[in-house]
Amino acid sequence: MDGPFATAFSLIASGDPALMQIIGLSLRVTLSAVVIACAVGLPLGAALALARFPGRGAVIVVFNALMGLPPVVAGLIVYLMLSRSGPLGSLALLFTPTAMVIAQTLLILPIVVSLTRSVVEDLWAEYREQLLSLGAGRLRAVPTLLWDGRVSLLTGVLAGFGRASAEVGAVLIVGGNIAGHTRTMTTAITLETARGNLGLAVALGIILMALTLTLNAAAWGAGQWARGRLG
Amino acid sequence: MIHTRRFILSAASGLALIATLPAAAQEFITVASTTSTENSGLFGHILPLFQEETGIAVRVVSQGTGQALETGRRGDADVVFVHARAQEEAFVADGYGVQRVDVMYNDFVLVGPGDDPAGLRDAADARAAMAAIAGAGAAFASRGDDSGTHVAEMALWAAAGLAPAGGWYLATGSGMGATLNTAAQVPAYALTDRGTWLSFENRGDLELVFEGDPMLFNPYGIILVNPERHPHVKAAPGQAFIDWIISDAGQAAIASFTVGGEQLFFPGAD
Repeated sequence: MDGPFATAFSLIASGDPALMQIIGLSLRVTLSAVVIACAVGLPLGAALALARFPGRGAVIVVFNALMGLPPVVAGLIVYLMLSRSGPLGSLALLFTPTAMVIAQTLLILPIVVSLTRSVVEDLWAEYREQLLSLGAGRLRAVPTLLWDGRVSLLTGVLAGFGRASAEVGAVLIVGGNIAGHTRTMTTAITLETARGNLGLAVALGIILMALTLTLNAAAWGAGQWARGRLG
Repeated sequence: MIHTRRFILSAASGLALIATLPAAAQEFITVASTTSTENSGLFGHILPLFQEETGIAVRVVSQGTGQALETGRRGDADVVFVHARAQEEAFVADGYGVQRVDVMYNDFVLVGPGDDPAGLRDAADARAAMAAIAGAGAAFASRGDDSGTHVAEMALWAAAGLAPAGGWYLATGSGMGATLNTAAQVPAYALTDRGTWLSFENRGDLELVFEGDPMLFNPYGIILVNPERHPHVKAAPGQAFIDWIISDAGQAAIASFTVGGEQLFFPGAD
């Protein structure tokens, strides 16, 4: 089977604009979703770790369960919201990259929230006395705790990135796999499989995995560098 | 605090990322169509010609016919381009579409294992072919997804006086290509449009075993989604696409699309 790897290399080497567009869109959509999920999920997770309110346990369980939200269900929910016949139809967002970002954010957010809660809860248990004696209240402690847990949190963020970049169910429904507009690596792989172009489908899969590997290596390297530099 | 600032910065850059997603600078319409037209490569061939002539980009969402009509019903497409005449006529009768227009046709064929255990190569007509599959209990992979091909398949079973059920009848619930992938693995018989079959590369042991019955005729129709029902529908460019595809230029573009030297779709506009 020299096919797929050779195809993957020649595809990349050729710099095929359609392929570059697909790779660019995939990265843009997934990275946007990761950034938004972190912007919302890190403070939310930290708040959930430190705050005490009735029903807190239920909220935690729900977020934990949502980590298992099937992408196709997330896609369907976003589809029904954004459809012209849905409540947000007038925004005309269905079958756009923005719709794909929304669906993927929905998939990643529970991972970021749950992992942040768990990490911050542990750190709070460890440093509680110290932080309180320094005069830091629960709210003031949040940034410090997030910063302290950054290495563990990075793993959670990478898990979120992995979930989003690997999923096809949600982006296929809300994006529509439109050539040149909402076609991503995973929907292109689905299409080529359907066309019986298994070699090309595997080649695209190899490229996707290479990208994921590169990004993870960069994140790991950055983590190591930060650890060495900042102790 | 540095990390708070950094945090806000990253949030802001996230929003900036979204803002840089390509804006819809160009006029475009959304067409809900079928997997058979997309998977065969027809759109890749004809849409650039249309865009060159009119400047209108066409965004194709390819789904099964049932799903494509639902997309139109919800107002999420400007034009539907599908192949299940009865459903298309109901779509128009219910007020969701303006008018159904004939565009082109191809035909369905039956494919199956090369050794043809049910003897379809000797079948007198399509009814006899379906009866032979059921009679032999030979594996049959069905779309099972309410697509145009699935609707046509059910009509063939009904014409043969059969209601397919049993371990030999595999409803894949997926697109044409995925169903052919399944059929190639089992191996099983399957009903497929000729276009998808000709451009399908993972055939394995599958061969074309029955063709040519007039019952296997597969017409494609195009419908503008009714702007009275959905005011946001881009009626003018949508109609321009319909007018173009049934014009001499559009029909010639369809006729000139070939895979491996074979023409896949035949002009069918009046």
